[in-house]
Amino acid sequence: MRYIDEYRDREAARKVSSMIRATTTRPWTLMEICGGQTHTIVKYGLEALLPEEITLIHGPGCPVCVTPLELIDKAIAIASRADVIFTSFGDMLRVPGSTKDLLSVKAGGGDVRIVYSPLDAVTLARQHPDKKVVFFAVGFETTAPPNAMAVFQAKKLGVTNFSILCSHVLVPPAIQAILSSPSNHVQGFLAAGHVCTVMGYEEYIPLAERFQVPIVVTGFEPVDILQGIAMTITQLEEGRHEVENQYVRSVRRDGNVPAKNLIGEVFETTDRKWRGIGEIPRSGYRLSPEYEVFDAERIFDVSGINAQESPLCIAGAILQGLKKPHNCSAFGKECSPEHPLGAPMVSSEGACAAYYHYGRLGSSPGTR
Amino acid sequence: MNDIQSGDLTSGPVCPIPISEYPQVMLAHGGGGRLSQHLIRTMFLSQFTSDALRPLHDGALLQVGNMRLAFSTDSYVIRPIFFPGGTIGDLAVNGTVNDLAMCGARPLYLSTGFIIEEGLPMEDLWRVVVAMQAAAKAAGVTLVTGDTKVVDRGKGDKIFINTSGIGLIHAGTFINPARATPGDAVLISGRIADHGIAVLSVREGLEFATQLTSDTAPLNGLVDAMLHVCPDIHVLRDPTRGGLASTLNEIAESSATGIRIREESIPIADEVRGACEMLGFDPLYVANEGKLVAIVPSTEADDLLAAMRAHPLGREAALIGHVVPTPPGVVTMETRIGSTRIVDMLSGEQLPRIC
Repeated sequence: MRYIDEYRDREAARKVSSMIRATTTRPWTLMEICGGQTHTIVKYGLEALLPEEITLIHGPGCPVCVTPLELIDKAIAIASRADVIFTSFGDMLRVPGSTKDLLSVKAGGGDVRIVYSPLDAVTLARQHPDKKVVFFAVGFETTAPPNAMAVFQAKKLGVTNFSILCSHVLVPPAIQAILSSPSNHVQGFLAAGHVCTVMGYEEYIPLAERFQVPIVVTGFEPVDILQGIAMTITQLEEGRHEVENQYVRSVRRDGNVPAKNLIGEVFETTDRKWRGIGEIPRSGYRLSPEYEVFDAERIFDVSGINAQESPLCIAGAILQGLKKPHNCSAFGKECSPEHPLGAPMVSSEGACAAYYHYGRLGSSPGTR
Repeated sequence: MNDIQSGDLTSGPVCPIPISEYPQVMLAHGGGGRLSQHLIRTMFLSQFTSDALRPLHDGALLQVGNMRLAFSTDSYVIRPIFFPGGTIGDLAVNGTVNDLAMCGARPLYLSTGFIIEEGLPMEDLWRVVVAMQAAAKAAGVTLVTGDTKVVDRGKGDKIFINTSGIGLIHAGTFINPARATPGDAVLISGRIADHGIAVLSVREGLEFATQLTSDTAPLNGLVDAMLHVCPDIHVLRDPTRGGLASTLNEIAESSATGIRIREESIPIADEVRGACEMLGFDPLYVANEGKLVAIVPSTEADDLLAAMRAHPLGREAALIGHVVPTPPGVVTMETRIGSTRIVDMLSGEQLPRIC
């Protein structure tokens, strides 16, 4: 399969791995931002192909994982209402709220449906004028254009029984928060290729300059990630700190301009709470005033819902790269994919789930 | 129910699933993954304690006089009921035929139970019934008893079908998941994941254009050809719900051995791989309806592969790995780039990802 096979090629992986070994002269700590990249790293055991000097830290780029607990609780409260059809991408249904998840709401009689596109939720709203159809709009910049399009279409078509529960988050403010933290030890970043496919990478240039860190836009296949690591290490060894693009087959410097225009039309930047991390200024999207009638938090009174995280779950430290999943005392014991304590154990992109599914082989890659 | 758990044994058996975890049945309890296993072991096996059930094989092996019989049952709740390459009707026949074949039995007689939702067009029911008869004829089995129930509109999903079947076990064969032995070869009869992806491609809300068709087929003929070459096949399983990964995990667990497979050796259509990439699915967990996994003495592997490839349903048969002593109960895979990873049992349903 073109664009896939050549990036899962044994010989290509071996070559890049040798090149990384030949380039690396001292310890370096890198962070891959995106949960999809974490998944590939653990699934393919890429850490075993790297020299001892390189440490990979798994970043906060799993949209399911960083969605705050209280927003999940709000989703559960809305989805439990008899007058609501609650729609979501599949991943979100298993994320535990304070007492239950959306799948339990469904099993208890709530009308909770998996959709494959937010536009399907708009269609549902038109088919069920007697119901209020809510779409759970989570995600990074990658899912912002389709979510914006759904709201844009709903307005254009006059669909008044559609709304979104919005928890969009943005990558660059998260990188800035990580780099500004006194405990930060990340020296280079693999930026998320799909986010940059939408947004381009110009906004990363001031970050690389201000914090003197190389940032390499990287794809998701094993050879992509090894190449991204090689480019970042080369910069570090040469004392450079630039923004480079490994994922040239998908990412342009200015991104997808029509998609960005649509985001600008429907959303505006806002402060956003990240699960396990806390509030990061200007790190998310909310509906702009012109579209706020589509905001589910305004339509349904859920403002009183607050929630406390499980004290056993160290998701915050994991999402900030301070700890690895197997450092958690609950990992694989109280916390497993069947009974997750925190979101990183739920999502296929969550670091804990990736370690659980692929990395429990004792001395195998992924448990280092 | 908490009170019952805390010791009120007079009111009947204690619910063995802790109420704090799942007070109600979830869809994933029927998904074929770890939650299904948990439900079967804690709920059903704790009450239904027969020796024939305990191995959790595809069917029960029963000694009746001088005869060894296999007996199996399965229910079909697929949506949509018509899909590329098949219908719920042929699926219901082939599924039970295959479960019997996986016991090393020659399928003979089937029963069928219909639960029909009020309002199902007669034309649709006729299509299903005709497909069942055609499938039964192709598999060489006879439908000999049945039952029909109709439920209120909205209380079913068009049509649910149960089939049960009995078959005569071939003399000299002892097929059992616990017989996987280190050194054995792991064979697959063809390309994986066709059925699951073909059905998804026509599911409401997810339609995508594809030439893919379901692989639904009766495997008893292929099994006959294989047993003719090698009566000492250790394990046969059809990797249906939960896919190849779940089947291999169940075998590894039953036999307390490890199973090591090579990603590059597993036959899979490019179109299936593409669809899986798009949806965020792992094809190892996607259902098949006309494929089998055979665990066989490695000395017999070449002859068996030749026999399988000579049969229309085994043309793309491949050796995908071996049974290994350690780690017991764990399936590992050598990836395309040469690293090793665990192929875990799926926890719940495979859910399409966000991005």
